[in-house]
Amino acid sequence: MTEVTMTVNGKSVSRAVRGNELLVEFLREQLRLTGTHVGCDTSQCGACNVHVNGEVVKACTMFAAEAQGAEVTTIEGMANADGSLSTIQQAFQDHHGLQCGFCTPGMVMSAAALLKDNPKPSEAEVRHHLQGNICRCTGYHNIVKAIMAASGQDVGAIAAE
Amino acid sequence: MPKDNGIGASTKRREDVRFLTGTGNYTDDINLYGQAYVHFLRSDVAHGRINGIDTAAAEAMPGVLRIFTGADFEALGGLPCGWQVTDRFGQPMKEPKHPVLAHGKVRHVGDPICAVVAETLDQARDAAEAIVLDIEELPAVVDMRKALEEGATLVHDDLTDNLCYDWGFVEENKEAVDEAIRNAAHVTTLELINNRLVPNPMEPRVAVGDFNAASGDSTLYTTSQNPHVIRLLMGAFVLGIPEHKLRVVAPDVGGGFGSKIYHYAEEALCTFAAKALRRPVKWTSTRSEAFMSDAHARDHVTKIELALDADHKFTAVRTSTLANMGAYLSTFAPSIPTWLHGTLMAGNYTTPLVYCNVRAVFTNTVPVDAYRGAGRPEATYQLERVIDKAARELGVDPIEIRRKNFVTEFPYQTPVAVEYDSGDFHRLMDKLEARADFAGFAARREESKKKGLLRGLGINCFIEACGIAPSNLVGQLGARAGLYESATVRVNATGGLVVMTGSHSHGQGHETVFPQVIAEMTGLDANMIEISHGDTANTPMGMGTYGSRSIAVGGSAMVRATEKIINKMKKIAAHLMEAAESDIELRDGTFSVAGTDKSVAWGDVTLAAYVPHNYPLEDIEPGLEETAFYDPANFTYPAGAYACEVEVDPETGRVTIARFTTADDFGNVMNPMIVDGQVHGGLAQGIGQALLENASYDENGQLLSASYMDYAMPRADDVPFFSVDHSNGTPCTHNPLGVKGCGEAGAIGSTPTVVNAVVDALQSGGYKVDHVDMPVTPSRVWAAMQG
Repeated sequence: MTEVTMTVNGKSVSRAVRGNELLVEFLREQLRLTGTHVGCDTSQCGACNVHVNGEVVKACTMFAAEAQGAEVTTIEGMANADGSLSTIQQAFQDHHGLQCGFCTPGMVMSAAALLKDNPKPSEAEVRHHLQGNICRCTGYHNIVKAIMAASGQDVGAIAAE
Repeated sequence: MPKDNGIGASTKRREDVRFLTGTGNYTDDINLYGQAYVHFLRSDVAHGRINGIDTAAAEAMPGVLRIFTGADFEALGGLPCGWQVTDRFGQPMKEPKHPVLAHGKVRHVGDPICAVVAETLDQARDAAEAIVLDIEELPAVVDMRKALEEGATLVHDDLTDNLCYDWGFVEENKEAVDEAIRNAAHVTTLELINNRLVPNPMEPRVAVGDFNAASGDSTLYTTSQNPHVIRLLMGAFVLGIPEHKLRVVAPDVGGGFGSKIYHYAEEALCTFAAKALRRPVKWTSTRSEAFMSDAHARDHVTKIELALDADHKFTAVRTSTLANMGAYLSTFAPSIPTWLHGTLMAGNYTTPLVYCNVRAVFTNTVPVDAYRGAGRPEATYQLERVIDKAARELGVDPIEIRRKNFVTEFPYQTPVAVEYDSGDFHRLMDKLEARADFAGFAARREESKKKGLLRGLGINCFIEACGIAPSNLVGQLGARAGLYESATVRVNATGGLVVMTGSHSHGQGHETVFPQVIAEMTGLDANMIEISHGDTANTPMGMGTYGSRSIAVGGSAMVRATEKIINKMKKIAAHLMEAAESDIELRDGTFSVAGTDKSVAWGDVTLAAYVPHNYPLEDIEPGLEETAFYDPANFTYPAGAYACEVEVDPETGRVTIARFTTADDFGNVMNPMIVDGQVHGGLAQGIGQALLENASYDENGQLLSASYMDYAMPRADDVPFFSVDHSNGTPCTHNPLGVKGCGEAGAIGSTPTVVNAVVDALQSGGYKVDHVDMPVTPSRVWAAMQG
């Protein structure tokens, strides 16, 4: 067991971890931050996306010990300080960008990373960015729409409702 | 009436807040005190005889609590099948036992052999590696045609062959259909494959078993679309636990699409092990396990013939299908290629004669069962592909040939048992023609041509039987269950209302939509209405969610229970206002006496019901709680007309979806935003089947596509924005909300639309291609272009 210390959603945490303990296991099992999900075992689905030092990372591909000293943000840390939904979260609700909700945390984390680097992405850029996030429910339509809306773009003209 | 929250409003989903903040409660989020973990040792061969299992070394490994094998379950029941199909000759289907853990033989890659329970998951996995298996590998039966050959290896030694059933429908029409085809002016024939899929909800399956030694009660937390069904099947048929000693909880469930209907071995194992070990036992599927243990879907090999007269009217359809059952019969598997498939073979058309033959085959593959659409996509795909081919052979417009054959009068009794209650197929096609801008297609094709691409336009019409289903009818067809739905409505003393529904939401948004209906009926604000589902301990016996049935059947039960509540509240209000009950009106949450200014508030009535000091105790009981079970009189029949434009790159064979437009009839729509979302999701799954997805086995029965590295799930850049419409609904005539259900339409209507478009594109480039099997991958398209 190794002792690791990191900052998760603004709070410093220290825990003993197994050498093979994945960051996602650490978050879900040790910290009980169960908003980060596991949808595959080949780093394809993106349900476990978190931010590590501001970069989006699949928490199933990183050992907890590797996050020593890192700033980690999970879906539980994405709401506004007053607890209200952040702009991206609100856009997902406003535009019905989620159904079963399982891929949603990863989608939100991925979207936040995109908009940080590219504040006004095109539809094609959003779709390209989401290649590492699989959703089985929405057909991506409303996810793409929500992300574009969260970037302040007018999505009223997008085909369909 | 709160218009932003009533029927027809695009009310935002209340469940979203917890999902967006990471506070949902999925089964894998549940951890019980003292829980142990189970790892399943699964077969890595498709077919083999188990000559020995030596667990001695594994049992001595650190942390190991118990290793279960098939022998532990020998005296118990197998996983039951919920539907018995009767074959063409009046004989019941063959129904081999499906053991919880393999016994005697392993029959598919992934078949569970041992369950290792240990203090930690790592310990369970390590111990599994120390188990010594002596398995004599046998030849695998993979290809359905070979499985039916004389002398083929038997998947089940106690059967005489690998045929589960040979079903004919409508058997009495067989000769008439043969004759109509012999005498037809034109017959179009098409042979096709409906590719095997893996449903892949994003949440893998999870089961947590628990046992309370004090009460003797068992609890199972599981990723299910129908917890009561699991309770009944597992309790009564597998483990012998009476329903009153067994609670099944399906909390937030991360998608189902059919694959979480069925009772699976892992659920029974965890429940059984928890009781045996007196501690909670948890199993979380990996995605790789999901690929080889979740029920697969589709997998038909079909030949269809369409007969037309000189006027291009359809005179008969004859179709013959091999349907893969896999190694065992999953819960509803036998019903999918039969009663959910043959009954849709009339489609939107007046074809007077239909004969559908289905031979269901056992193979050494994962069991196959319902997946979004379930039988209806297979029916629609073959019918709409053969119609398209006929139009091309005859040189007629594919829309006109469909219009010429549309059913136009309702109710319409089809020759395949079902009676369509309502619809307007011409109006749907009118809507589609306008929305999809067919007039502008030629110009778009020119634009594509300039880029070196071939553009194609595909059309499709479909009808589906949803709102599953009238119990007496499905009982006659072999169902071993009733398919009603239930709801209990409880109004508290302080006025709040809780609906305990047997429907289950795993993405459909019931927590938002069901209150919209109640708000419409009562005038209550939506925040006074709560929906409770997914726990057998606090909901009435319900059949759960699949077959686009939640609002049509579960919603109807809720309406009936709410009507009972309102009627009782009117009696109380009449008493309080000393008026005649027949004069009481409920509007905007207030009870008033018609034609007067006398009224009592909702809360006054609810309080009176629970503090019955001034109350008609001689006529009615205190309290406000009513239950209704609703059994539908008929299926519902959503229908649609879809258009897809594709671009094919002739250099590579790559197909891109350029436009996708839908015109659906869902009857009355409760929440347009949610309905749009359901269609979007179905379309992406159908496009996935058409272009990308394929569960592929090699000749040894090894599953080649068992991860997201090899099974091509649709990603965001595989699909365009969709243009969807459902403004031309014709209300269902037999349920109180006039609803038809929208969950499966997109998946049913999209596959033929895409393939029709691909064929159109290729033919426009001069390629003599009249069919490409799904998934229409670049290599298949390119090969077809080379002739």
